[in-house]
Amino acid sequence: MSADTADTAETADTANTADTPDTPDTAGNAGWEPVIGLEVHCELNTQTKLFCGCRNAFGDEPNTNVCPTCLGLPGSLPVLNIRAVEYAMRIGLALNCEVRPSIFHRKNYFYPDMPKDYQISQYDAPINVNGWLELPDGSRVRIERAHMEEDTGKTSHIGGGGRIHDADHSLVDYNRAGVPLVEIVSAPDIRSSTQARLYASELRAILVATGASDGRMEEGSMRVDANVSVRRAGTYELGTRCEIKNLNSLRSLSRAIEYEIERQIGLLEAGDKVVQQTRHWNEDQGVTVALRSKEEAFDYRYFPEPDLVPVVPDVRWQAEVAASVGPMPAERRAKLAALFGPGPVGHARADQIATVVEHRLDELVTAAAGAGVDSALALARTSNEASSAPDAARLLDVPAFIALLRMEQDKKLSATQSKAVLIDMLENGGDPAEIARRRGFEALETGSLETVVADVLAAHPEAWLRYQAGEDKLVGFFTGEVMKATKGRADGEAVAAELRRRRA
Amino acid sequence: MTGPSGSATSAAAGARPSPALDIAREVRAGSMSAAEVVEKYLGAIDEVDGELHAFVTVLHDSACREAEVIDRRVAAGEDPGPLAGVPVALKDNMCTRGIPTTCSSRILDGWRPPYDATVVERLRAAGAVVIGKTNLDEFAMGSSTENSAFGPTHNPHDPTRVPGGSSGGSAAAVAAGLAPLALGSDTGGSIRQPAALCGVVGMKPTYGTVSRYGLVAFASSLDQIGPLTTTVTESAVVFDVIGGQDPLDSTCLERPVPRTVSALADGVEGLRVGLVTELVDGVDAAVEARVRDAAEVLVAAGAHVESVSIPEFRHGLPAYYVVAPAEASSNLSRYDGVRYGLRVEADTAEAMNAATRAAGFGPEVKRRIMLGTYALSAGYYDAYYGQAQKVRTLIIDALAVAYQRFDVLLGATTPTTAFAIGAKVDDPWAMYLSDVCTVPSNLAGHPAISIPFGADGSGLPVGVQVLAPALGEPVMFQVAAVLETRAPVLAPPQVHAP
Repeated sequence: MSADTADTAETADTANTADTPDTPDTAGNAGWEPVIGLEVHCELNTQTKLFCGCRNAFGDEPNTNVCPTCLGLPGSLPVLNIRAVEYAMRIGLALNCEVRPSIFHRKNYFYPDMPKDYQISQYDAPINVNGWLELPDGSRVRIERAHMEEDTGKTSHIGGGGRIHDADHSLVDYNRAGVPLVEIVSAPDIRSSTQARLYASELRAILVATGASDGRMEEGSMRVDANVSVRRAGTYELGTRCEIKNLNSLRSLSRAIEYEIERQIGLLEAGDKVVQQTRHWNEDQGVTVALRSKEEAFDYRYFPEPDLVPVVPDVRWQAEVAASVGPMPAERRAKLAALFGPGPVGHARADQIATVVEHRLDELVTAAAGAGVDSALALARTSNEASSAPDAARLLDVPAFIALLRMEQDKKLSATQSKAVLIDMLENGGDPAEIARRRGFEALETGSLETVVADVLAAHPEAWLRYQAGEDKLVGFFTGEVMKATKGRADGEAVAAELRRRRA
Repeated sequence: MTGPSGSATSAAAGARPSPALDIAREVRAGSMSAAEVVEKYLGAIDEVDGELHAFVTVLHDSACREAEVIDRRVAAGEDPGPLAGVPVALKDNMCTRGIPTTCSSRILDGWRPPYDATVVERLRAAGAVVIGKTNLDEFAMGSSTENSAFGPTHNPHDPTRVPGGSSGGSAAAVAAGLAPLALGSDTGGSIRQPAALCGVVGMKPTYGTVSRYGLVAFASSLDQIGPLTTTVTESAVVFDVIGGQDPLDSTCLERPVPRTVSALADGVEGLRVGLVTELVDGVDAAVEARVRDAAEVLVAAGAHVESVSIPEFRHGLPAYYVVAPAEASSNLSRYDGVRYGLRVEADTAEAMNAATRAAGFGPEVKRRIMLGTYALSAGYYDAYYGQAQKVRTLIIDALAVAYQRFDVLLGATTPTTAFAIGAKVDDPWAMYLSDVCTVPSNLAGHPAISIPFGADGSGLPVGVQVLAPALGEPVMFQVAAVLETRAPVLAPPQVHAP
């Protein structure tokens, strides 16, 4: 998540709250306290499915990654994928959970995209319990459990606007059936949409950091449901909650929560009651609508899955997995921030650091700083150019990257040239000096830069007068002209310095 | 050792003809061709099965092809295995690639599995030839093979009577000589009870010794595949062939399954045998008399026989009729009309699902789905399913105590001999009582075997049951072999192969 997107979304949140009618108080929740818990499903990126050897892949031709077991054919049996257990443990350990012996249960309900008409899930003996997650603002959200289960197939409703009720027919793709999931259930410790969003975003960073999931909300590999209730500020009893589904982005998560808080407060202030319901977030209309009430809820008839044996991760295995899970994003962000001295870093730099950590490119920055390169320069190149091609960046030759930054720092390359060389290195690999030579990049000698600047000023006498009169923004114009004349070989800062020198 | 008649006899099995092993010996030696054997059995099925209805599918073409392959291998000097050229009948709840697998239910109409069950692969690897799929109570739910969507199977000893169930087709086929061996599945007695009623040997292995992969599930924690054969030796040979760890079944035991054939000749001298009061008292007088005869035979052969009461067995049947339907209600959910088998079209997915299940399942299957659904419902789970699992633990504990004193336990397999077709169809509880002697072994996961041991006053076969602790197959077969050699000779069935 880049800083830009986050800012846009926050603006939208505020706008939504302000525009909501019937709530003259734009502060929104005066006198009320929202209580929010999140249930996050994440797909594990194992090679194969949870209970069979079929490929676990997104976007393949429908019904090509299937076998008797994940199609639920009569006589087939599940066999637990031990790698999925390891990934679930990684997530649990990263969330400070206790890893416990666990068993699988069957959750029984009929649905066409569920091949066995029961889901194998964990119920009262989940693998991970009692953890916590610390948000970047320092607050902590308790994790009740993080358990394993299998995903269902995917239904597409054809005709009738794509809804099941009036569809002409439905098609089911079972490629997703049996894909391993971990469901992470938070305690109702979250108090605002902003905090919910921070939680989801931090959790996503953690999932990616463990290597157990790619955390892509848009592809459905991370899915968030929100349990929302409100209570009078200063009271302790929990209000009646609603569960909100279909939250496909961090933006819809905070919008839906904002809406739901307002809706519930509106009901209670009007003397009505909140009905315990599952509600569906309608992204286009910006509202939640009732899906089913508690009375209509399924009786899942859980019972222990007799086709599987208990999972008992011994201490040694847990220790091995714990050792394989590296430091978590919070710790890694702190380590990068420390390169800039004690105390908090500014907002812009914090965003750059978060981007680097999200893309697991910490090593580029720390290695360059360790080799004496300016930390700000290393962070800038890593959070911009390198993060735009993170897969290639993780394979980048670190000494070559450091050599490139040194060339820039020593003014042998301009910033523009350095960026171009880095992009070339990410695409094709290779030695930075060699690439610079091939591209004809040589930083201009100070002497020749002075000549070029003089030529540019002579060509634009009117602009030069305005600049001398104090119109500072013209630096950009002159720099652009100098870059044109030098085919990008000049250093922007050197140009600015030369202009200042001449004006003085 | 001396038998009851006082004449010196050998404790070794094999005194009776073992059709399956005789075939394998001759085919391996090249003195008989598998093709001839298969042709002979297919001919017998064509001639006699109209009267018995043991088979739901007969595999004329594929059986002949498989037999030819065996013959070519023998001709090439290879050994096709211990069951070379032996025709085998499979209960029709075991998946066979490309061959209809019906569970004797309308709901699987037209379904052909894309894979073979592990046991089928193992039988073929041992040289056996699959000749057909046998009738059963729908989804193995029943004790008479009357709950088949394709009509009942008849008992070869008296075609007006049931063969028992649910593996009634397999038991009748072996009894009538339509197959030298068959596989059945035993969830609450479904191999041993029909074996007893048809006068053949039926064995339920220790839970986890035989892979369930490809067995259409009834009650997953109880189901186990086992052989129906003419002799105890054949039973042991088949167990050794089909048993053993399978990576496709997580409930298979990891430790090696004991080999049993080598134990057959060991006799019972010095063995301690517990005659279980609960498996003798209350059964029909003729059945009780045969069980006591069997105990005498073991005493005469040098075993120490003593009565033992295991009162927990009385709770077995009610516990079984909670656990099995509960698991079944979940296992049978997948028959929803979406992907395979029957589909009754309707306006919505839900309505299609309901209409398909209403039309596709028979009354006994529906009864058990309802029982099981109820037992697992919120608010009832602890009172039913939870309680039944506790009973299961009590039975396991009680058996553990008994096995501190005894090597094996002995009792009746069934409370009665074969009953008339139709006699119990309107009284489910009377039908369920047929399983009272067999369910404890399923609940405990222990092995048990039924051996034919004489007849009642009407000439109907009686079975006696030998129970052993988990992985106690060798000692169980050892005792069964001795009983077999001293068993009263049974009259040949009324209906049998020419």
